Amino acid sequence: MLQIKDLHVSVQGKEILTGLNLEVNAGEVHAIMGPNGTGKSTLASVIAGNENYEVTKGEIIYNSKNLLELSIEDRAREGVFLGFQYPVEIPGVSMTNFMRTALDEIREYRGEKPLSAAQFLKYMKQKKALVEMQDKLNNRSVNEGFSGGEKKKNEIFQMAMLEPKLAILDETDSGLDIDALRIVANGVTKLKSPENATIVITHYQRLLDYIVPDFVHVMYEGRIVKTGDKSLALELEEKGYDWIKDELKA
Amino acid sequence: MAKDEQKIIGDVTNSDYKYGFYSDIETDTIAKGLSEETVRIISMKKEEPEWLLDFRLKAYRKWLTMEEPDWAHLNIPPIDFQDIIYYAAPKKKKELESLNEVDPELLDTFNKLGISLEEQKKLAGVAVDAVIDSVSVKTTFSATLEEKGIIFMSFSEAVQKYPDLVKKYLGTVVPIGDNYFAALNSAVFSDGSFCYIPKGVRSPVELSTYFRINTANTGQFERTLIIADEGAYVSYLEGCTAPQRDENQLHAAIVEIIAHKDGEVKYSTVQNWYPGDKEGKGGIYNFVTKRGMCEGDRSKISWTQVETGSAITWKYPSCVLKGDFSVGEFYSVAVTNNYQQADTGSKMIHLGKNTKSTIISKGISAGKSHNSYRGLVRINPKADNSRNFSQCDSLLLGDKCGAHTFPYIESMNTSAIVEHEATTSKISDAQLFYCQQRGLSPEKSIGLIVNGYAKEVLNQLPMEFAMEAQKLLSISLENSVG
Repeated sequence: MLQIKDLHVSVQGKEILTGLNLEVNAGEVHAIMGPNGTGKSTLASVIAGNENYEVTKGEIIYNSKNLLELSIEDRAREGVFLGFQYPVEIPGVSMTNFMRTALDEIREYRGEKPLSAAQFLKYMKQKKALVEMQDKLNNRSVNEGFSGGEKKKNEIFQMAMLEPKLAILDETDSGLDIDALRIVANGVTKLKSPENATIVITHYQRLLDYIVPDFVHVMYEGRIVKTGDKSLALELEEKGYDWIKDELKA
Repeated sequence: MAKDEQKIIGDVTNSDYKYGFYSDIETDTIAKGLSEETVRIISMKKEEPEWLLDFRLKAYRKWLTMEEPDWAHLNIPPIDFQDIIYYAAPKKKKELESLNEVDPELLDTFNKLGISLEEQKKLAGVAVDAVIDSVSVKTTFSATLEEKGIIFMSFSEAVQKYPDLVKKYLGTVVPIGDNYFAALNSAVFSDGSFCYIPKGVRSPVELSTYFRINTANTGQFERTLIIADEGAYVSYLEGCTAPQRDENQLHAAIVEIIAHKDGEVKYSTVQNWYPGDKEGKGGIYNFVTKRGMCEGDRSKISWTQVETGSAITWKYPSCVLKGDFSVGEFYSVAVTNNYQQADTGSKMIHLGKNTKSTIISKGISAGKSHNSYRGLVRINPKADNSRNFSQCDSLLLGDKCGAHTFPYIESMNTSAIVEHEATTSKISDAQLFYCQQRGLSPEKSIGLIVNGYAKEVLNQLPMEFAMEAQKLLSISLENSVG
């Protein structure tokens, strides 16, 4: 589904990603861990198409398409979803209106008819239940006045609505209390299917108790330096990142 | 994202006026130029009574002594008042009995605008007094209104049928010498709408007028007079679009509203005159005087406007709160793009006790445009316990446009409470990225964000009008803002 080869990315002349390789197949869950400032969020932003980052070398192939040639919105319509670390507020735009517009655009791109108002509301209700969202969500403005936990739940809710093929969750667990974490993680798990893939970027092992990854990658200085299974996350939790740095130096 | 924004802003600048077409309807015009003779011809053509001719002549003479105002934050090219045609009326072939008899050209014009009378009549239950250029072509639903005693007709017709009512109220809110453009209008006004709601009557429908400027070089001088008698209520809608034209066209309208004791008038406007091309050439000059008089106790006048058109907008819908406990409201969204200039806002004059006013103004500037809010809140010495709340927000798209705020507050009563809030913001890259990541095109994204920003005002509009206004906001910022 996703092949990233020798990816180099700079922002304002400073190289953040320094030759990153990653392959993700349908049905897989990948966790990306690593110390602060190693380029985890940059990777997520570049896949989504944030133009503040300049790709200087390498390629990203997504379902046999050159992802780097697609606009931000076309990537989204092709099924790439980014769960934001810091979701922005859009005052005056209701969640209903926002999701309706987004879903219409995506369906149109795929040559599907828009849902009727009744169908849409029913669909939205189902998806809200998945993340245990309250009913009052519909008329609230996008992320406006949401608590930290609500914002993150709202990201998962949007993911459920848009049914992406590739979801990248950028530190969705940060700032969540244990109940919210469980709800978010359950949502992600329920959305998992053999057709889609998830990349979870996280600092903490605890999220991986709920979302069980097939692969755990460690990023350091703009590259993936170590890959393992679930046990690697536990090892990191126990020993920190220093031993990896030491390994690299050796 | 910076690149993207550049592109978006570039595209906005390149967007063309959607409603640029010219409909070929036979028009009866008089020669260019303005003199006492012109004023007399207009009055004669309209078969007006003597008192109205006197009103016009007095206004004309007053106008001659006045100077064009230059205090607004506007760059107004010199206007040659002798190069303007002051009267143009579509030639009537005969009296029209039904929509079927309306000139098919004209109906086609409305269809292009998506405001077919036929449809409106059926779907919306709105009585439409359609004004093309200066003469009302068709008034619908008049029978329904007549039953309730509501008078809703063209101004000229009202002059003939209800001269006493017109005479009683004309010029009482906006005196002939109020300002330069008001004096001009009072001298040469061509037609407009007249509306009277009798005591205790609530208008069962929203009254609606569509204005269009249709003849090249024709100044449009509309005159509207709305009276809500004691305990009456009416919601009045005014919407405009104009065809594309090279020469600048002058539009100097007057709207006067009177609300008696417990009367309420809600006046909503969607204004989309031709704004000029992307170089700033052409476009309508819109100098409008709109004022409401809350004459009686507990009366209420509410202005809602969505301004997207015109090359120059000079407009300050105001309320004089004379009756005790009277209420004035002003809700505005003003969009400027390319080289458009807007200087708009409101005046709230508190005279009575316990009077209350609200001003919510949302300015949106794009391209190389300038958008100013100018407002006055005055609390007179006798206006005990008066209250005003003003909120003026500006939204900028790109870095070549300007937003300006000129609020004036004059309080002469210590028991008054006057609040003013103002913000200026830009559409952030983060907001755009977020929307696009959910599959929205940049145009749709900006449209959504802008509509969200203006929601507080759009919510004040009647349902169908709000939808139209939303579309208009998007079209106005098109290719940047979908």
